[in-house]
Amino acid sequence: MRNLQARYTRDRLILLVVIVGTILAALPLTLVLGYALVNGFSSLNWDFFTKGPKPPGELGGGMAPAIVGTLVITGVGLLMATPFGIGAGILLAEYPDNKLNPTLRLLSDTLNGMPAILKGLLAYVLVVKAQGSFSGFSGALAMAFIMIPIIAKTTESVLKLVPWNIREAGLALGLPRWRVILSLVLPAARAGVVTGLLLATARAAGEAAPLIFTAFGNTLLTLNLSQPMDALPLRLYAYAISPYEDWHRQAWAAAVVLLGLIVLTSLLARWVTRGR
Amino acid sequence: MQQAPVQPSVIKRQPSAIYRVLGDRIFLAIVLLLALSIVALTLGLGYYLYLGGSQTINKEGFFGFLTGTTWDPALKLEFGIWPYVLGTIITSLSALVLSVPVALAAAIFTAEYAPRWLAGFINYLVDLMAAVPSVVYGIWGIFVLAPFLREAFYLPFFLWAAENAPWLSRYLGNPAGYGMFTGIVILSSMVIPFTAALSRDAINLVPAAQREGAYALGATRWEVMQTVILPYARGGIFAGAMLALGRALGETMAVAMVIGNGNILPYTLFGPASTMPAVIALELKEAVEDLHYSAIIGVGFYLFLIAFIVNSAASYLLNKLKVGSQRA
Amino acid sequence: MKKLLIATTALLGLASTGLAQVSLTGAGATFPFPVLSKYFDEYLKVTNNQVRVNYQSIGSGGGQRQFIEQTVHFGVSDNPFNDQQMTDIRKNTGSPALNIPFVLGAVVPTYNLPGVTQRLNFTGEVLADIFLGNIKTWNDPAIARLNPGVNLPALPITVVHRSDGSGTTFVWTDYLTKVSPEWAQKVGRGNSVNWPAPNKVGGRGNEGVAGVVRNTPGAIGYNEVTYAVQNRIQFGAVQNRAGKFMVAELPAITAAANVVLPGDARISLTNTNAPDGYPVSSFSYILVYEQLDKNKAFKSEAEARAFVQMLKWVVTEGQKFNEPLTYARLTEVAQARALALISRITYQGKPIGKEVVGQ
Repeated sequence: MRNLQARYTRDRLILLVVIVGTILAALPLTLVLGYALVNGFSSLNWDFFTKGPKPPGELGGGMAPAIVGTLVITGVGLLMATPFGIGAGILLAEYPDNKLNPTLRLLSDTLNGMPAILKGLLAYVLVVKAQGSFSGFSGALAMAFIMIPIIAKTTESVLKLVPWNIREAGLALGLPRWRVILSLVLPAARAGVVTGLLLATARAAGEAAPLIFTAFGNTLLTLNLSQPMDALPLRLYAYAISPYEDWHRQAWAAAVVLLGLIVLTSLLARWVTRGR
Repeated sequence: MQQAPVQPSVIKRQPSAIYRVLGDRIFLAIVLLLALSIVALTLGLGYYLYLGGSQTINKEGFFGFLTGTTWDPALKLEFGIWPYVLGTIITSLSALVLSVPVALAAAIFTAEYAPRWLAGFINYLVDLMAAVPSVVYGIWGIFVLAPFLREAFYLPFFLWAAENAPWLSRYLGNPAGYGMFTGIVILSSMVIPFTAALSRDAINLVPAAQREGAYALGATRWEVMQTVILPYARGGIFAGAMLALGRALGETMAVAMVIGNGNILPYTLFGPASTMPAVIALELKEAVEDLHYSAIIGVGFYLFLIAFIVNSAASYLLNKLKVGSQRA
Repeated sequence: MKKLLIATTALLGLASTGLAQVSLTGAGATFPFPVLSKYFDEYLKVTNNQVRVNYQSIGSGGGQRQFIEQTVHFGVSDNPFNDQQMTDIRKNTGSPALNIPFVLGAVVPTYNLPGVTQRLNFTGEVLADIFLGNIKTWNDPAIARLNPGVNLPALPITVVHRSDGSGTTFVWTDYLTKVSPEWAQKVGRGNSVNWPAPNKVGGRGNEGVAGVVRNTPGAIGYNEVTYAVQNRIQFGAVQNRAGKFMVAELPAITAAANVVLPGDARISLTNTNAPDGYPVSSFSYILVYEQLDKNKAFKSEAEARAFVQMLKWVVTEGQKFNEPLTYARLTEVAQARALALISRITYQGKPIGKEVVGQ
């Protein structure tokens, strides 16, 4: 053993390095949040939520079509993704011996890491190209592609947390396996499954890249899924790269709203799973 | 199936065999079908991207397309994606190198040093960071990071080099603020949470007995870290870095907003570069020539290949680790 | 009972006007985006919220692509289709394409030089040399010679170009091709070209280029003049063929269009002969299928009619919105050409263009 004093000094030094590293790691997020709050909050007003975009160079206007569009696109995407994601999660968790599982798990994780823009490209090829028009639906499909593996993963892990004796009890009562899963296991894991859905929604809602050539953007409010639709991240991007100061202001406001949505869902997810 | 919806009580008489056996079969079939969508999606992704890109890939050749250095959609209609591939690889790997030590420090701090409340808070921040949309990082990059880097680093450094080391300026490029280095900085901030989260989990998995053993032998905290924890958690940290690499490869909007979108090799440090996702995002809608259009989807296909390799390696590692830890 | 009936019919009437609402999607050039966006905003009021036009400024290249892909009702481009494209479109769809001019604009060299307040002068050759990367700093003698008395900083030049397919790029490179043999040989004209300057940054759309120029000291880019004016970005005067340094103001832009216009209105106005013309001017065109039913995006005759009415409004009454936004009105000749082109439009054989224009 070397000199004890030297070892202690080194230990402290390392602690210092670790702390500095941690601060550096937290710095970008703190800065992004700080700037978004400072620049964005002052720009949030009633118009932002209720009006559509103005022609470039004119002051004012808002992002109502984009806010509604984001809600519709992610909502529809979630509806489409949920059965597939939960189905895959059930297979992975409840049928551990299924031969498909190792492959499925690998592909699911791989798909989860695949660039979102490629999923948008797939939606473009499958829907936009085939139907001949940009649409909210194609955007929702791209969102669903993003959500499915996330939902599958969270569903699998929360189902695995449900104690086996619940299943054994159900089976012992003579319930078939599918009833055990649907009536006992899933309800027991409900909170976790919902959390997964929330997380998937939050992840997808912020994506702009896959929407560029699917939902396309729309300056007018529409609920029609076969029409091009606006989305908050898309509008944020268009405004941020523009030269117009008033649009920059609104882009920051959009950033705050997006961040707000995400913080809200993550808090909601924490609340749902509290006490676990 | 039809008699099933409301089973009055579970204690009722044994239901018929049809209900049990057939029900189970049908349920499994449905679940299987739903799960197969993931397989179909992954394969479909590769297949359709190849199909869309095949026109240009066939014209330029599988490797010619990959290694060609001219991307000229106007005069010569020649398409080589090497500038984008290289841009993607350089930015992603550099971002990884910058972010891993920092992420690791955060993981070590939360797992080993921080009081519980602080660890909880930092973990929450890290998770939140992973969820912050790319465009939000992007707007911050345009209005805060790029001007700051330009004024504080690029310009002084550039002027210094112009005076004292002219040979260096060739590798520096223009200090415009939008360029490869800005892209790398923003990318590394974005991938920190992926490495941090997995490293933290891996460190938490280290058996308490091993830790306590080392402490009992009189090791300092850092020595325990060095000799016990880091070697044990190595796999998880590595998997986390792989996952971060996968994310960095596919990151689109924030990078496209600050990287300057230049397609000429060789890249310079401050000068513009471009990445594969960025070129898809910027040019797909706008390609007039069929060949150009097909070339962009072709970029998507190669990005798919690269991302597939990196991500499946990461998930393979992760799944192996999980199995290992369950046995331990 | 009667009251109820009236109320019901009123409600039905409301519902049916609701149904009569038409949504049109257009995409393309960012060059006329400010004025197009103004048109459609006003047109919404003119038609009592009945005709909603969604225009996405994705670049002229995008406008042409999406027009060919038939994902939009109309495309917008600053450069008309060339002969090859016209033949291809006719061959592939069975309907010829129409390039309807609706606005005249100018592309200006925008720059960001802190401390320089005078307007800089440029010649075509100097601009070509800057964009070729031959001129690398702002205090280069070639620039200084054109701008005596201006204290040019030693800043490195950052060339800002479009990263998307762009008609503004086409107009700009078309001009450079005409004035610089070196440019013509190395780069050429196109919606997106392989930019030779090593110190360059790409921006998306006119908006993006203006944004980058605005944020980057030492940058030079090229923009539709409106973007420069609206955002108070400095822009230079360009020497025309007659040797005059012209600023892109309305009379100079209009003068550039004072040429013999072909019947299909497809023409390049750059490097004009007009002694008072601004040398980098251009029409912007709305791209339309002559037989609207050949465009998959059109689903009904009502849509087609609403669209043609909108077109007519744009080239006639809508023109009053041009000048406040630094676009020139169509000249009388150009307007007559535009109307003639519109009157050729048909839907399932019905001459709806003639009917609408004749009204």
